[in-house]
Amino acid sequence: MDPQGIKNWFTAPMLVSFLVFGTMPFWIEAIGLYQYLGLEVMIWVIFALAVNLLLGYTGLPSFGHGAFLGIGAYAFGLTQFNVAANLWISLLGAVAVTAVLGGLVAAFISHRRGIYFALMTIACAQIFFFIASKWTDVTGGEDGLLNIARLPIDLGLAEISIKSNFNLYYLCFAAYVIIVAGMWRLVHSPFGKVISAIKQNDSRVAFLGYNVWLYKWLIFTLSCAVSGLAGALFAMAQEGAYINIMSLQWSGIVILIVLIGGGFISFWGPVLGVIFYFLARDILGAYTEAWLLWFGLTFMVMVMFKPEGLAGIWQDGQAMFGRRKAAVEPCPEPNHAGGD
Amino acid sequence: MALFEAQHLHKRFADQVVLEDITLAFEENQISGIMGPNGAGKTTCFNVLTGRYKPDRGQVRFDGRDITGLPPRKIARHGIARSFQMMNLFDEYTALENIVLALPEVRAKGFSMTHDLAGDDGAQERGAAVLARIGLAGREHTPASDLSYGQRRALEIGIALAAEPRMLFLDEPTSGLGSDATATLAALIQEIRKSVTIVIIEHDMKFLFDLADRIAVIHWGQVIAQGTPDTLRDNEWVRASNLGALA
Repeated sequence: MDPQGIKNWFTAPMLVSFLVFGTMPFWIEAIGLYQYLGLEVMIWVIFALAVNLLLGYTGLPSFGHGAFLGIGAYAFGLTQFNVAANLWISLLGAVAVTAVLGGLVAAFISHRRGIYFALMTIACAQIFFFIASKWTDVTGGEDGLLNIARLPIDLGLAEISIKSNFNLYYLCFAAYVIIVAGMWRLVHSPFGKVISAIKQNDSRVAFLGYNVWLYKWLIFTLSCAVSGLAGALFAMAQEGAYINIMSLQWSGIVILIVLIGGGFISFWGPVLGVIFYFLARDILGAYTEAWLLWFGLTFMVMVMFKPEGLAGIWQDGQAMFGRRKAAVEPCPEPNHAGGD
Repeated sequence: MALFEAQHLHKRFADQVVLEDITLAFEENQISGIMGPNGAGKTTCFNVLTGRYKPDRGQVRFDGRDITGLPPRKIARHGIARSFQMMNLFDEYTALENIVLALPEVRAKGFSMTHDLAGDDGAQERGAAVLARIGLAGREHTPASDLSYGQRRALEIGIALAAEPRMLFLDEPTSGLGSDATATLAALIQEIRKSVTIVIIEHDMKFLFDLADRIAVIHWGQVIAQGTPDTLRDNEWVRASNLGALA
């Protein structure tokens, strides 16, 4: 790849995130946290990025997306138990099953928008929740699927065990690198510009000759597939697939995470939101059982005073710093290939 | 045969008849006008012609093909573009991004998920050329929401033009414009008429009578008169309504 080509795929904020997440297992214990937390952050970052493709980029409120995280987890377990105990095949199974079910749901809701779209996603999520809780023979019902193995990474000649959180973390990190680079490219592609135009004004997009329904169907299905990947990683992290991740509560929390992070104005919003959520859980949670109350209040304060979220606060800070700098030197070209 | 023909269009919403037996024909390379009082059914007529609504009865033909009841995206792909009375821009996008999205070559690549649109020099150049044509050169990187009202009106037309249509429908393009901006717009329409057949709905009678080759008057959902501006000036319907108070 020529230098310009590389620049199109990787940006400075992306490389910073690779550096921070790529070294995290080496310093996370030194700052008083633990390896499993890093694992959770990595998996939820992937999930939140998938949700933000819909919420932030296409303006589609999917309020039942936890169902697809769950489907990915169950499908990973079922593939490994019934098809082949191979990491790649099980991951593929998880992604494929989630994409197919996501595509099916999308086929029923892609002509909707706004509150109707949101209600339909909640209804579909509830259907999946009840299937998972009642179809005991397949899903294990209330007990869930137990003993899902952390299958070794099969490289043909060699195998790498991911039984330790440290090693599994790096598998998740590799998934993160691929997902982030792919999504960054996607949102700057013609496809990404069309879905974002649909968010702004879907009828005008139709009058320009685009098939709005098909674009919505595609992005929903794609988002589900990525959620399924996150679910598969989550099943390995937890060594099981449990019904509670399919509940509406988790679907709601991921929306809170994306909004607090600032998914509407920044690609990196979901990443900031996930870090904020898990730090709040562990740090606030150490002081009080009622940490979710404080988290919820933070969310309300944010909605009232800074609806652009953490990314908005960051951009304000940058603008303030930029103004001070601008007094000394001319302003650089604004807002190109930058971190937003 | 006219490039665009509508025959015996009927449209009702619940028990209200909005269009009743509308028959119109728009000749290639002409500017056709549609006028009439508020609530006469002009915009509904446009919406039926451009696919937003399906007519209950009647037929719409473009270039000899039946396009009755096709969805907007299919009508757009036949080479018919429209602007909107209520401004309908992509406000988060820059002026250039608004235009680029409307280019047929970008639409053809719409499902590409890896192509870098901002780095696509061909598309960016063609978009900039459209902006220059509508008088927005130098505004490429201004967000649409930061443009002045007149510039937003021009961009509205620019998006329709960028689609390289054979036929362009403009819904009240002068709405909200001052006299200077209206004159600029008239000059723009004179310029683009060389390459595209135009239909304009308009309130501003002077504007329409100066530009249009033929005008149809719609009232109560019916075409009550049509002809060249000169013949219409003498039409009793046009005189009887306030519409005639322009000469």
